[in-house]
Amino acid sequence: MIGRRAETAGADGAPRRPAAGRGDRLLRLMRDHPLIPLLLLLLLLILALHLARPGIINHIWFTNTLKFAIPLAILAACQTLTMITGGIDLSVAAVATMASFVMATQTPIEGPFVAVLIALGAASFAGLVSGVGAGILRVHPLIMTLGMGLVVAGCLTVYQRSVLTSGSAVPKEFAWLGSGLSFGLPNSLLLFVPLAAFILYALRRFGYGRLLYAVGDNETAARLAGVPVRTVLVVLYVVSGFLAGVAGLVYAGLIKTASLDLVDPFLLPSVAAAVIGGTSIYGGRGGYAGSIVGALILTVLTTLLTVLQMPEAARQILFGGIILAVAAAYTRITGE
Amino acid sequence: MSPSPPGSAATSPPAGPAGARPAFSPPPPPDHGFGGRLRRFAHRNAWVIGLWVLLVLLLVVTKLIQPRFGAPGITALALAALPVALAAAGQSVAVLAAGIDLSIASMMALAGVVAASLMQGESEAFAVLVVFAVVALGLAMGAVNGALVVLTRVPDIIVTLAMLFVWGGAALLVMKTPGGAVAEWLRNLISGTIGTVWAPKALLLLAALVAVVWIPVRRSALGLSIYAVGSDRQAAFRSGVHVGRTKVAAYAITGLFAALAGLTVTMSTGIGAPLPGPYLLASIAAVVLGGVSLAGGRGGLIGPIVAVFILRLVRADLTFLGMDSNLATVFEGAMLVAVVMLGGLAALRERRA
Repeated sequence: MIGRRAETAGADGAPRRPAAGRGDRLLRLMRDHPLIPLLLLLLLLILALHLARPGIINHIWFTNTLKFAIPLAILAACQTLTMITGGIDLSVAAVATMASFVMATQTPIEGPFVAVLIALGAASFAGLVSGVGAGILRVHPLIMTLGMGLVVAGCLTVYQRSVLTSGSAVPKEFAWLGSGLSFGLPNSLLLFVPLAAFILYALRRFGYGRLLYAVGDNETAARLAGVPVRTVLVVLYVVSGFLAGVAGLVYAGLIKTASLDLVDPFLLPSVAAAVIGGTSIYGGRGGYAGSIVGALILTVLTTLLTVLQMPEAARQILFGGIILAVAAAYTRITGE
Repeated sequence: MSPSPPGSAATSPPAGPAGARPAFSPPPPPDHGFGGRLRRFAHRNAWVIGLWVLLVLLLVVTKLIQPRFGAPGITALALAALPVALAAAGQSVAVLAAGIDLSIASMMALAGVVAASLMQGESEAFAVLVVFAVVALGLAMGAVNGALVVLTRVPDIIVTLAMLFVWGGAALLVMKTPGGAVAEWLRNLISGTIGTVWAPKALLLLAALVAVVWIPVRRSALGLSIYAVGSDRQAAFRSGVHVGRTKVAAYAITGLFAALAGLTVTMSTGIGAPLPGPYLLASIAAVVLGGVSLAGGRGGLIGPIVAVFILRLVRADLTFLGMDSNLATVFEGAMLVAVVMLGGLAALRERRA
């Protein structure tokens, strides 16, 4: 994983115990390769799914899991990138919903191509406003994006009035992308694999990717070293808005309809996926690979809870409990 | 770090420095009579005084827009603001201790449905026991939140995000659809006015609840510890404050306020609803507008509560002006964003100066 932190004292000033012995070696292995326990957890969940309903693990299950995990994983990218700088983007659900709704309602008027441009433009603009607030005016990102989400959701309701008569349609191309299969694999992989590869590569190798870690690890040090912190943050939130828009379009293609609360249920899972994936909310540590596995874990978990016919109430409690347990285990393993 | 509007308000009179580091505060400057004391009071509470002025201005504006606005309007305003104000008070306590509680709306829902389902088909006197049960439930929920934050060392925001699901799920376990009942005396406790038409019961109840819960805490060692932990955890630890216990206590108070807020929702609607209302965002907005620093340790409870009334009143004014309610939501969000941006700008200038 990138951005390992040097030995640090605990929160209350207690030094960390040096690692020794077999158990500690295992812990250290997990600390250095956090993906291993995550993948184990994913396998465990799949095994549990198999035990809960033998025969469910088949090709249809596999493609459906990927289809639903991909929009979540793209939204988790927004959270991962912003969390690396010590921020968070709570406007992603509203922005993604806006992008899908604008795309679906503009398609009958302007045609699919222009509609997508308008949708992604609006999403990036929302990101720009958040970026100006969080990066230049130094508003806490949590507050800035929470408020931005509210504004975007409200604007969408007002916008809905003006397009009531024109109807809405999800273009064929997006239905193909979001829900179609080629060679037995979901088409959305065509978009997601290059995107994920780009994000993974950019975070490790691009100057900009390294700057995100620098800003998140120690903003003052980064500024003193000449990092244009404001520009980095503004660009980051624009990227986050854009990615949220892309996720909304893909999800609209999967559901094949647009509504005013389409992506809302994904907001907290997107944060959870990044956290489970080992990105520190304090910034400076984490990566996208973990978030992708986190998105898969959450998707499989949702299926498992549905298969077990858990009532909604118990499902929510378990969901919260598991997020907390994974985050706690992770904190313990990495010794943060 | 997070921008904070300058201001540190406390419910207590300015007897001691209510600011950043109570344990190591410098001696107060020499007293130059009443004028000097007044000036220092104004300086220390500038933000909250500004909020009060804004509130009065808004009341005047409302009266100008809507000449019929009077005592009934204020009573309705107080009733609508009561749960939000209690939620904002609870959120403030968590934020003062450098935490944040995202589960506040879920805790409100759980407290509301527990109260409504317990009171179903029971006598009026039994409701007294229910109120105590809800208070205990609130303290317990908050203590669980706090204990998890302290024990797991997972960031507050993640723990309370997870607990948002847990408490919300628990509320659904208690009641799948809105239902239950409320004792008549509890309903009467918040509706209408007492004495003159200018004294809404909801407002008096709010003042009483906040005073009964917060003033003893604020004046005790616990209050000092909450501010100390919030402003500098490390320094508080080194000066002998039990950081973990203080955090648990702060979250317990947050839970208590959340439970009371949930109870008042049930009291005003007459039933319990298991789905969390839009109180999380409203409480955070009020905390920010109320001059509580999100970094912790700065601010008080009065500011956020006044801020709740300001936000409610602006919304009411927009409706009076004929703006449709969706647009009013946009405006509310934009106002929140603008307020925090201005707060950020002010903090920036202060740092440069």
